[in-house]
Amino acid sequence: MAKQATPATRRAARSRPIRVLIAKPGLDGHDRGARVLARALRDAGMEVIYTGLFQTPEMIARAAADEDVDVVGLSILSGAHNQLFPEIMGQLRRAGLDDVLVIAGGIIPKDDVPHLKALGIAAIFGPGTPLQEIVRFIREHAPTRESEE
Amino acid sequence: MSDLLERFRAGERRALARLLSHVENRTPFGIQAERELYPLTGRAHLIGITGPPGAGKSTLVAGLIREARRQSLTAAVLAVDPTSPVTGGAVMGDRIRMLDVQSDEGVFIRSVTGRGRGGGLAPALCAMAHVLDAFGFDLVLLETVGAGQDDVDIARLADTTVLVLVPGLGDGVQSLKAGTLEVADIFVVNKADLPGANQVVRDLRVMQRLMVGAAEQAPILSTVATTGEGIDQVLRAILEHRRQLEIHGQLTERTQRRLLAEARYLALEALADQLDEVLETLPAEDRASLETRQLDPRTLAMRLIERLRLSFPASRS
Ligand SMILES: Nc1nc2c(ncn2[C@@H]2O[C@H](COP(=O)(O)OP(=O)(O)OP(=O)(O)O)[C@@H](O)[C@H]2O)c(=O)[nH]1
Ligand SMILES: [Mg+2]
Repeated sequence: MAKQATPATRRAARSRPIRVLIAKPGLDGHDRGARVLARALRDAGMEVIYTGLFQTPEMIARAAADEDVDVVGLSILSGAHNQLFPEIMGQLRRAGLDDVLVIAGGIIPKDDVPHLKALGIAAIFGPGTPLQEIVRFIREHAPTRESEE
Repeated sequence: MSDLLERFRAGERRALARLLSHVENRTPFGIQAERELYPLTGRAHLIGITGPPGAGKSTLVAGLIREARRQSLTAAVLAVDPTSPVTGGAVMGDRIRMLDVQSDEGVFIRSVTGRGRGGGLAPALCAMAHVLDAFGFDLVLLETVGAGQDDVDIARLADTTVLVLVPGLGDGVQSLKAGTLEVADIFVVNKADLPGANQVVRDLRVMQRLMVGAAEQAPILSTVATTGEGIDQVLRAILEHRRQLEIHGQLTERTQRRLLAEARYLALEALADQLDEVLETLPAEDRASLETRQLDPRTLAMRLIERLRLSFPASRS
């Protein structure tokens, strides 16, 4: 293709917004936190796909892959993270999502954090984390896609 | 990169998902891939599902997919959600209504924002629908909120357009903007479990006598999307609609019109881009003489068109 910017390439040069999947794995039925985060990310200009409650690891990986998101945000209050997060990371990898940024929020004891980070979860945000901090983290760490390939 | 196309052709789902992003965002690779895949398209049945916010479109789509799978038809969905005009961001929740079908290999759901991506929404949707068509899905459903003129245009991009209405729409069916009803090949009155649904059906029948075109004879079906009631009839009507077009030799003409509309969109976008470029280099005296009333806007417009012609290199594809 010629060096000169054609209309098509000029349009494409505007990079796409960061796409985020917000998922609630496990059996707790409280998604207020997830919804608040979804709205904050939207207000920060991101495209957020919210999948609702009671997601299995397979469903999360399927949605993340099909929706081709850059970021997966997991919200969990049930205390089942030690069981669910390894499964989710495994399913994400199996779905071919190696470069997706995974973050988690909810009630997660400090002692569990190193083990979860070793799984590939980039950050864990406890209750009361300022939303702007999460926004900033995502902006800094989300992988860049199409426009640079 | 061409590796991605290979994987797409081999039916790899993840390659489909990546390619959709390229096409949606019009990367150079996406544009090239669109061209290469185009000969593979033309098999899928494109179905537009449109209607006011909260009418039950996503719930209905999930029901239609369930019904389609029962008949061993594969189905892909492009669900369009509005974008915040302020931030450009969006929260897309249509998947929530489609949870039970989403783990099926024969189903693919993709959320799309109404945002200003590379270009307009309609051409992006067309391009993404082509990709899903090329991948081999039997049905490609487009869920859009029908409110403004642009949505009416999007409805025209499908082989079959289903307009979903519900009881309790303010002043009722009569208050809908002219042209909104005319896009329908099939009317669905959803939430038939709620009071007022029969009235909507009656109103539609009355309105229908005043309509022109396909909507004049469009079937009016009642559903309760949440229980699945009536959805088998809707799918039957959708499939029958296309079959009738085919039998009566109208499908070819309709498809041509649809693809021509797509080409027109793309041409307009390219022209608008080029025009912006021409405007950037507009001599200062032209600007000045507009303001001093020596040059009227219409005359300048004609001059811009002249320059536009010169600025299009003949070699550009
Ligand atoms: N009573 C009743 N409620 C329904 C029916 N169909 C859908 N709903 C409910 O209506 C609400 C909206 O349904 P959706 O399927 O999300 O509607 P939608 O048209 O896709 O909404 P948007 O995409 O936000 O425009 C949900 O709470 C559904 O459960 C129905 O037949 N009867
Ligand atoms: Mg919807």
